Amino acid sequence: MSRDSILKAIKQNQPELRPLPADVDFYFEQTEAAEKFKQVLEFIGGRFVEANNYAAVKASLENTFPQAQRWITAIDEFSELATLIQPGDPHELENVDVAIIKAHFGVAENGAVWVTEDLMGARALPFITQHLVILLNRNNIVPLMQQAYQLIAEKDYGYAAFIAGPSKTADIEQSLVIGAHGPRSLTVFLLDSDN
Amino acid sequence: MSAVKDHAALAQAFNKDEKRVDWHDETLWFVRAKRDRASHGIPDWELLRETASQIKHNVLSNMHDYLVQFEGNALANGIKIHWAADAAEHNAIVLSILKEKGIDRMVKSKSMLTEECHLNDFLQDNGVEVIDSDLGERIVQLAKEPPSHIVLPCIHKKKEEIGDIFHEHLGTAAGESDPQILTETARQHLREVFLTRRAALTGVNFAIAETGEFVVCTNEGNADMGAHLADVHIASMGFEKLIPQRKHLSVFLRLLTRSATGQPITTYSSHFKKPRPGQQMHIIIVDNGRSIQLGREDFRNSLKCIRCGACMNTCPVYRRSGGHSYHTAVAGPIGSILAPNLDMKKYADLPFASTLCGSCSNVCPVKIDIHDQLYKWRQVIVKNGYSTKTKTAMMKGMTLALSSPAIFNISGKAGRLALKFIPFAVNNGLNPWYKQRDMPTPPEGSFTDWYKKNRKGEQP
Amino acid sequence: MKVGLFVPCYINQFYPKVAIDTLELLEKLGLEVGYPLNQTCCGQPMANSGYEHLTGSTNELFTQNFAGYDYIVSPSGSCTLHIKDHLHSDKAPAEAKSIRSRIYELTEFLTDVIKVDSIKASFPYRVGVHQSCHGQRGLKLAQMTELTAPAFSKPEQLLNMVDGIELIPLTRADECCGFGGTFCVAEEAVSVKMGKDRVADHIKNNAEYITAADMSCLMHMEGILKRQNSPVKVMHIAEILNAAMV
Repeated sequence: MSRDSILKAIKQNQPELRPLPADVDFYFEQTEAAEKFKQVLEFIGGRFVEANNYAAVKASLENTFPQAQRWITAIDEFSELATLIQPGDPHELENVDVAIIKAHFGVAENGAVWVTEDLMGARALPFITQHLVILLNRNNIVPLMQQAYQLIAEKDYGYAAFIAGPSKTADIEQSLVIGAHGPRSLTVFLLDSDN
Repeated sequence: MSAVKDHAALAQAFNKDEKRVDWHDETLWFVRAKRDRASHGIPDWELLRETASQIKHNVLSNMHDYLVQFEGNALANGIKIHWAADAAEHNAIVLSILKEKGIDRMVKSKSMLTEECHLNDFLQDNGVEVIDSDLGERIVQLAKEPPSHIVLPCIHKKKEEIGDIFHEHLGTAAGESDPQILTETARQHLREVFLTRRAALTGVNFAIAETGEFVVCTNEGNADMGAHLADVHIASMGFEKLIPQRKHLSVFLRLLTRSATGQPITTYSSHFKKPRPGQQMHIIIVDNGRSIQLGREDFRNSLKCIRCGACMNTCPVYRRSGGHSYHTAVAGPIGSILAPNLDMKKYADLPFASTLCGSCSNVCPVKIDIHDQLYKWRQVIVKNGYSTKTKTAMMKGMTLALSSPAIFNISGKAGRLALKFIPFAVNNGLNPWYKQRDMPTPPEGSFTDWYKKNRKGEQP
Repeated sequence: MKVGLFVPCYINQFYPKVAIDTLELLEKLGLEVGYPLNQTCCGQPMANSGYEHLTGSTNELFTQNFAGYDYIVSPSGSCTLHIKDHLHSDKAPAEAKSIRSRIYELTEFLTDVIKVDSIKASFPYRVGVHQSCHGQRGLKLAQMTELTAPAFSKPEQLLNMVDGIELIPLTRADECCGFGGTFCVAEEAVSVKMGKDRVADHIKNNAEYITAADMSCLMHMEGILKRQNSPVKVMHIAEILNAAMV
């Protein structure tokens, strides 16, 4: 084990202690958070839909994905449209067409939403599904990552992610292609209520 | 500089096809332009950079304690921690983890550290198949080449060449070069890989001392596809990836992707804190020369690097010489200040592969003084004897001429020694200046000659 | 105010007219300008090649030559930056340190110290401004496109005072020309390619002249232009600022 020799070398070679900088309140435009979030999400290839309630979301989804065979959700209220996810082998999710989950909040500056493991049902679900649908409450959009991490600084989770748009790549000559390994589409429904 | 091909020779070969150089330059300039648009959209971007730089400085200065803190928290989270002094130990640890589980096939997402350690070759020599899952990395892996860029691994390849590789290995139609179709093919091919591999290795973008978690950023979702479907997740990190607290991600995640590609954030910023039930999670903390660099006062700030690649995209030399000309895992300006620490002789050429224009330092999101470090590495390399005798003799001759006003001021075109010692003015056909450039015509007299004639002399 | 004129070695030897124009320009502004005859070079050619340890004697010489002046002015951003960053002296350490803060590149001296607000010169041509890196990023003679900060340009501020001049925009406003000191021969292929691309940007945007505050960049680009038999010419900014009225 090289642990002790590495740590010893580091201790010997690190410079004199420099303090952390004070927290900074970074600037953000005082615009409507939802509008900014929408603009950025669409810029990064996501779909943005405003809906009054879950019933409206369901109707919209059935229209959007008429061909979808396998629907999975981690939200009880969607159990008529989609199968409620059960604990088990993530490989069984390989043929999921549409997954519907909730996000804790969204970030206006980058169009990302914060999703923890408990909201996913399974860590693999938001990645392995062909299409990802995320529900976000209108009141839960923060302007910058600074406010985002204020919300999650003390939270515990096993796994969590910021998700910003559908899976993508530009590795071939910088040509943008949506749908690399993860979802081919991401739809965020912005809701006024949680039902 | 050395007997093996150096940057200048490799770059000269790259420049034989000028149209291709133009294409390479424009493609990367396009990325630089996207970076500019993204960063200029953040009014206090410069304050953000300064904050990030200061946080990293605190990390460097408290590295020992942060590492111990990180280790303790990660262990408490159920993650196994390994320490590797060098590349060989890192590779041996990966192999032993796989062997213990009886695994001989692994999927890997992007990790420049494993490139630095030449992990793939090592594992393959030991009977373990590795498949890179980042699209760009998979392409260069199939082409049997190293990545040429840390963020855009196959930026040196044209889509037609990628089409040929896919035709040969993945069965696409001959001549098919549509990025959409090629990407879809890779998606199907790699999905099969994700579903069948029991071990996944990922890199680490940030490790958080306070919580013992680590963050991996991808656009494709390949790190997550690999990790969430595998029984064993191995994450390899250089120890400099540490940051103190979770809230500091709010600074680094704002900077990373805007600097790298101009996106506001990567599609996925995945926070791994605990293994999922039944899964094994390992972190390998690697030194491999980093503790030595930490002790080099002039160069330790290079360890602040968050691997965004912005210095490469902006570097006018990198854009016109290609990543492979740097003959090291991390190319470009940042690679040129990291590599000499690992092997000063082998990489003695790299700090000279720059005009010291300074654009790299200006785009760096953690404000590494890259071009100043290039200058300083030049001094260290010469002092350690890794320059050539010819160059040393030339420099000594030049010094002699420039140290003596009497010699310097010998007048008349034929006699003016300075004309012979200014490096780009050596008047013979062997001087590379003449290959593609004309020389200025030396005038009859110098300015000093004119001054003596036209002004009434000056106190010496 | 006594101003010491520092003329870089290659300007002294190859481009005496640039130095003459610099001198005349300063004299026209009513300044008392001295030119120490024993000056040679700032030592940058050695230092940038990794031989800074050989620059002891050029440093001492420089310190001696310019000890008596209130300001030292040079028509080169690159050489000025080198002195600012690296001049030191064992014999007169305090003087060397002080010189580092008293040396100015010509255009910043005119805008920041003399605060010139008009220039009697005429140059009725389309001119592309090459931002030499050491002047721009080192001395901050102009804002850098990498930074999120307000725009300014000291060379352009002065050029805009010249009668009849038309400054053309460039596609890449501040990319390096590839000269880079010994880089221009050690990395010949990349150096030339960078120079060709820079020149092409000016030509594409219809420049008749390319100007800069550093003659070394211009010499490199001139070498390429001449080889291409291009009608586009290079001219140091001092030559334009000292151009006669028509």
